[in-house]
Amino acid sequence: MYKETLKRCLFYLRRYTLEFVLSLLMAFVYVIASLYIPLAAGRAVDLLLGEGLVDFASLFSQLVLILITAAVCFFSQYLLSRLNNRIVYRLSGDMRADAFRKLQVLPFSCLDSHRQGDIVARIITDVDQVSDGLLLGFSQFFTAALTILVTVCYLFSLDFIIALVVILLSPLSLVVAAFIARKTHKHFKATAEKRSVQTDLTDEYISDSAEVICYNLQETCQRNFDSVNEAWAQSSWKGTFYSSLVNPVTRAVNSIVYACAAFSGSLLVLASRLTAGGLVSALAYANQYTKPFNDITGVITELQNAIVCASRVFSLLDEKEIEDSGTAVLSDGALDVEFRNVSFSYVEGQNLIKDFSLSIRKGQHVAIVGPTGAGKSTVINLLMRYYEAGSGSILIDGIPIRDIRLSSLRKSFGTVLQDSFIRNASVRDNVTMGRSFTDDEVIEACRKAHVHNIIMRLEKGYDTVLSDDEGLLSAGERQLISIARCMIDLPDLLILDEATSNIDTRTEQLIQKSFSAMTEGRTSFVVAHRLSTIRNSDIILVMRDGDIVEAGSHDELLAKGGFYHELYTSQFASAD
Amino acid sequence: MSHLFSYLRKYAKECVLAPLFKLFEALLELFVPLVVASIIDNGLAVHDVPYIIRMTALLFALAFTGLAVSVTAQYFSARAAALFARDAKAGLFRKIESLSLADCSKTGLAGLINRMTGDMNQVQSGVNMTLRLLLRSPFVVAGAAVMAFAVDLKAGLIFALIIPLLSVIVYILLRITVPRFRSVQGRQDGLIAQTRENCSGARVLRAFNLQEEEKKSFEKANSSLVRMQLGASAISALTNPLTSFIVNLGIIAVIWYGGIRVDCGTLSQGSVVALFNYMNQILVELIKLASLIQTITKAIASARRVEAVFNMDSTMADGSLCTVDDDADTAIEFRNVTFSYNKDSEPVLKDVSFSLKKGQTLGIIGATGSGKSTLGALIARLYDADSGQVSLFGKPVCAYSLRTLHDNVSLVLQKARLFTGTIRSNMLLARPDAGDDDIRQALEDAQAWDFVSEKGLDSAVEAGGRNFSGGQRQRLSIARGLVHGGKILILDDSFSALDYVTDARVRAAVGQRKLTKVIISQRASSVLNADKILLLENGCVSAAGTHAQLMESSQVYREIYYTQFEKEAENV
Repeated sequence: MYKETLKRCLFYLRRYTLEFVLSLLMAFVYVIASLYIPLAAGRAVDLLLGEGLVDFASLFSQLVLILITAAVCFFSQYLLSRLNNRIVYRLSGDMRADAFRKLQVLPFSCLDSHRQGDIVARIITDVDQVSDGLLLGFSQFFTAALTILVTVCYLFSLDFIIALVVILLSPLSLVVAAFIARKTHKHFKATAEKRSVQTDLTDEYISDSAEVICYNLQETCQRNFDSVNEAWAQSSWKGTFYSSLVNPVTRAVNSIVYACAAFSGSLLVLASRLTAGGLVSALAYANQYTKPFNDITGVITELQNAIVCASRVFSLLDEKEIEDSGTAVLSDGALDVEFRNVSFSYVEGQNLIKDFSLSIRKGQHVAIVGPTGAGKSTVINLLMRYYEAGSGSILIDGIPIRDIRLSSLRKSFGTVLQDSFIRNASVRDNVTMGRSFTDDEVIEACRKAHVHNIIMRLEKGYDTVLSDDEGLLSAGERQLISIARCMIDLPDLLILDEATSNIDTRTEQLIQKSFSAMTEGRTSFVVAHRLSTIRNSDIILVMRDGDIVEAGSHDELLAKGGFYHELYTSQFASAD
Repeated sequence: MSHLFSYLRKYAKECVLAPLFKLFEALLELFVPLVVASIIDNGLAVHDVPYIIRMTALLFALAFTGLAVSVTAQYFSARAAALFARDAKAGLFRKIESLSLADCSKTGLAGLINRMTGDMNQVQSGVNMTLRLLLRSPFVVAGAAVMAFAVDLKAGLIFALIIPLLSVIVYILLRITVPRFRSVQGRQDGLIAQTRENCSGARVLRAFNLQEEEKKSFEKANSSLVRMQLGASAISALTNPLTSFIVNLGIIAVIWYGGIRVDCGTLSQGSVVALFNYMNQILVELIKLASLIQTITKAIASARRVEAVFNMDSTMADGSLCTVDDDADTAIEFRNVTFSYNKDSEPVLKDVSFSLKKGQTLGIIGATGSGKSTLGALIARLYDADSGQVSLFGKPVCAYSLRTLHDNVSLVLQKARLFTGTIRSNMLLARPDAGDDDIRQALEDAQAWDFVSEKGLDSAVEAGGRNFSGGQRQRLSIARGLVHGGKILILDDSFSALDYVTDARVRAAVGQRKLTKVIISQRASSVLNADKILLLENGCVSAAGTHAQLMESSQVYREIYYTQFEKEAENV
């Protein structure tokens, strides 16, 4: 699986082949140049032999050489990071756009079964982790490996004994670092877990603060919080402490290598196998030599993390897409709807709707009723093709909905859905939803939906920016906005899914009146739990435990004395 | 930021010791180039092998002492930072709990949660890094310069020139890039918000065929994010190459100047090597310092936000009255109460007056947005009235201690929220000493016993009660209100997800309890048996009286009633 994921990452990289090759080239130039400087500096120091013995001409040319190398170093390092940034940011942009595009064509069976936070995390956070980890990983890995190689070469060019001392001792820091990393990991994982418990707890207590206040729960909450907090703090400080050991320990290993290099180097100078300048260069290398090893350790963890995140992104990209292969376009004007032997289930094997057939003539009003949890919204899901019928088919105007272009299908439906979704936008934009209407049309629709006065009470009227999660508006007011959204341009088919469940009955009735004036001659589907509102419907579908158990007009169903009768009488029986 | 950082006081010892040990470590490091210089000048020049061995031993000693010292410093700083964060978080939590709902909504719930998690993490790592590096890095840089002066006064001048130059460059680059990266963060937050919206509102967005527009606007924001990222990083990418280049210039200057001095016989070769090494040390430390400054800038911004929460004054003063007058005749009284959530907008309740006797039931009915729930919230003193007075049992609500008040008022909200735990733990939260019999009675009255008894009292409740249906959650929440046992029970549209039979059964069972009840509802059937019904219209009480009186006097009430009962009235 790792290999597969890696391959697909490389596929994204393909668009930036040129940048990638240049980046490798720059890394090569940079490493050679930056490592050459200590060597050149050592040679320059060798020229400083003592009083009156300095060869200024050679010293000058040596220093010019350092200057040129430093300049090369500057440009290659700058270009290297510009190139890497370009690849990283562009690639993550590509991935994000792909993932978001995918989001638009995910079937609801997928959307409904994932936590919302999970999908958002995949599209934003995971993509960032991939680009950071993978590409910085690649470039750092390359730079580090190259640094090790070039350092070894330069060291051997000085003297093989000092080279061996440095090369053999330095990996010690790797061993130590790996040991610490293993210890740390345990604490970090525990810290992360405890932090998420703490976040959940905070989230719960703060979001439900009305309950906390009403039930005097402050002390209880504080106690629970304190105990979680204490557990978190204990793993947090241990994790931080162990991880912060890496630096001092590797530094100490480095210092030891340095001391050994100094000692062996000095002896070599005494044996005239090395110059003083050579010793200086060797010491500078010894100083830098552990760094690439540490980098590589870090890169490997980052790469692993990136691959995990990438596979999460790819699994989202691999989700099945909705099919939109239909080409038929629905005509304007009233439409009839037919269910032909429709069966459906959310979960394989648990058939909810079984072999349901019904034909609805144009202009008829259909009501869907049943107790909470009976699956009333299922019919809506099927009509709008949010979910596909398992077998059988739904025909609109005689055309199976699978053959109708999705955009045409949905354009023909005006919908007010159960959870009134409010966009993070102005009131006006929330009503127009991307369509173009004049201000007067917007106001007219809001008046019809009886929400105009409420909007005018907001600080900036129609320009007030609303958001989905925080409450300028009550549940009922939000429903009124979505009703205005639908009323502004009523299409030929209408779906009202508990559209007025949070609205008081009087306003509801006023709205119903406007609706029925408007639905005159339009085919409509109304899901309701208040039976009083739907008695005049032409057809009432009664649902129970996911299935449609009865269908007919109000009078027929009452006469039948079945489940509808039971529901209907219970509504009024105990009111006295 | 005095409040936040007062939590550090407890760890004063650690806060002093950690940087002190770090300084000591830095000091040890500064000796290393001197030791190497003396090896070259004294050991190599006169072939003194024992001297070289002694010096090497000294290097080993420096390494091990350095390790011990620095481990101690890391211990103190990790401990101080984590324990400080623990105390500050506990304090912050306490502060948030003490805020009224009106105060909370000013910052926004998401904002408050963020202060507790994201911001406090930033502050913690800021404190940790500051303790570890803030003294060390400048000390190493300054120390290297001082040592350079000690080696050779005039060569030290090169350092005196290079160090300010480097500092200025690092400072300028940070000044330019930090705000840019901040706006990059802002843009990314925008993308997160859009993605979240596209998840939660997918049905509606697709119903309006907005997928293409959404893609376009996301792609626009996305490519502008990429552009901003590239722009910001183009400048920050300069930091390392530029500082290295300047240090390399310094090295060239040191060697050239060293050459002149060596030629005059006033400087040894070893001393030039020491100067060269100090120059390299400065480079390493400055790069660390730059990333430290970034961490600290972020931490300071977070600390300011956290401090702002600490500085929020609770706008609700607690009262001192701890008892409720049992003899009082009037349970609830509103006198000319006006209230608005936002002082600039129109009031939600206007000049509301009414009173209710003990043991009676008050029904509140009215259109969506007419202020029904607000009225309930004012009884429980979730908010304070702008003007006028709310009194319970003969005393103004403000006179009671909030604890006493809330012990005596049980508010059951429409959006029923349960806490993670078990059914029993949720019930016990309302009253810790409630017995199983009380709980069972409450669950039975709330018509919740049938499904609770199936699963058992100890069955789990997931966060927000999401493993229960809306109707079940409402019934559990009503039961919780009953267990709580306040003298006044407010049911704020708590039946909205229940069918009419269950609704009626709950009301009948609750009616048996000797409580003063306030029933807020959109259903005429829920309030028609009340002793007094208030009809709210646009925040004003437009009619008050019994069902019969209102049927007589109020056109609007009649309409509400008939929308629900008309035809049946004819039929029956």
